[in-house]
Amino acid sequence: MIKLDAIDEAILNATQAGLPIVRYPYAEVGRRLGLEESDVIARFQRLIADGVVRRIAVAPNHYALGMSANGMTVWDIADDAVSEIGARIGALDYVTHCYRRPRALPDWPYNLFAMVHGTTRDEVEAKRRQIASLIGPACRSSDILYSKRILKKTGVRLTGKGD
Amino acid sequence: MARRNGLAVELDNLDRAILNRLQEDLPQVPDPFAKIAPELGCNPDEIVERLARLREANVVTRFGPFIDAAAMGGAFCLCAIAVPQDRFDDVAEIVNGFHQVAHNYEREHKLNMWFVLATVSLEEIDAVADRIEARTGLKVLRFPKLEEFFIGFKVAA
Repeated sequence: MIKLDAIDEAILNATQAGLPIVRYPYAEVGRRLGLEESDVIARFQRLIADGVVRRIAVAPNHYALGMSANGMTVWDIADDAVSEIGARIGALDYVTHCYRRPRALPDWPYNLFAMVHGTTRDEVEAKRRQIASLIGPACRSSDILYSKRILKKTGVRLTGKGD
Repeated sequence: MARRNGLAVELDNLDRAILNRLQEDLPQVPDPFAKIAPELGCNPDEIVERLARLREANVVTRFGPFIDAAAMGGAFCLCAIAVPQDRFDDVAEIVNGFHQVAHNYEREHKLNMWFVLATVSLEEIDAVADRIEARTGLKVLRFPKLEEFFIGFKVAA
């Protein structure tokens, strides 16, 4: 577990809503917090090296991009093949998240989850078929769960507080 | 073409190239946009202007550091409940009332409620899931991540 100091926390809190969209974003963060630009950069580099920050990047809005069909495809794959197959599915450009998870037998035989986005359900189905052919006979069964409604969506808190 | 409140937002090839490049890591250097400008074939101010416009149009929901809370001792777990249709809204209200529930989606399946728990520790995941079971009288299936296969989403060119 990685310990953050007060300056790390200040930088992360100041940028959780986003990095300023300006030519010199790290200098701007530094100006707001009273830090040197070089210090902000060095701390981001260390946070990335430590795995606290995965990357500094954009989150695209799938719905705004017209990708309104979203299906969670799930697959039952032999345990000794799932890591190698998961890596290949995760590399597909239309798969946004791909995870190996435990089965919940008898209700749920699937151990690989891959989120697929498309403009229509037909497109998502076509991608699902592509994934199925990529997996081949290692796939014992599969299903797809389309999202119907977002019931809640909040950011993840930096530090949890008991309720 | 992208949509915002039903309005079409036209994306050109440079917008798409910027969206795709910026899903990867922004360089940690004083002038990061100048560093990536050559590969995009434009000038850095153009990237900043377009990124601001894409953010304004909500084509980009966020631009900034992606934090892995698990690295700081946090824990996450995908959970699912098979909710009887006539109780769906009541159960959603109970589940959403837990601040540890970060996202919650209705999906078309017998397991029709899928949510992510985010807590400070692994032990708390089970404790919260147990409390949701007690409050709803329904079984909460738990699907913690065992392995992640990551690649960014690419906008079709």
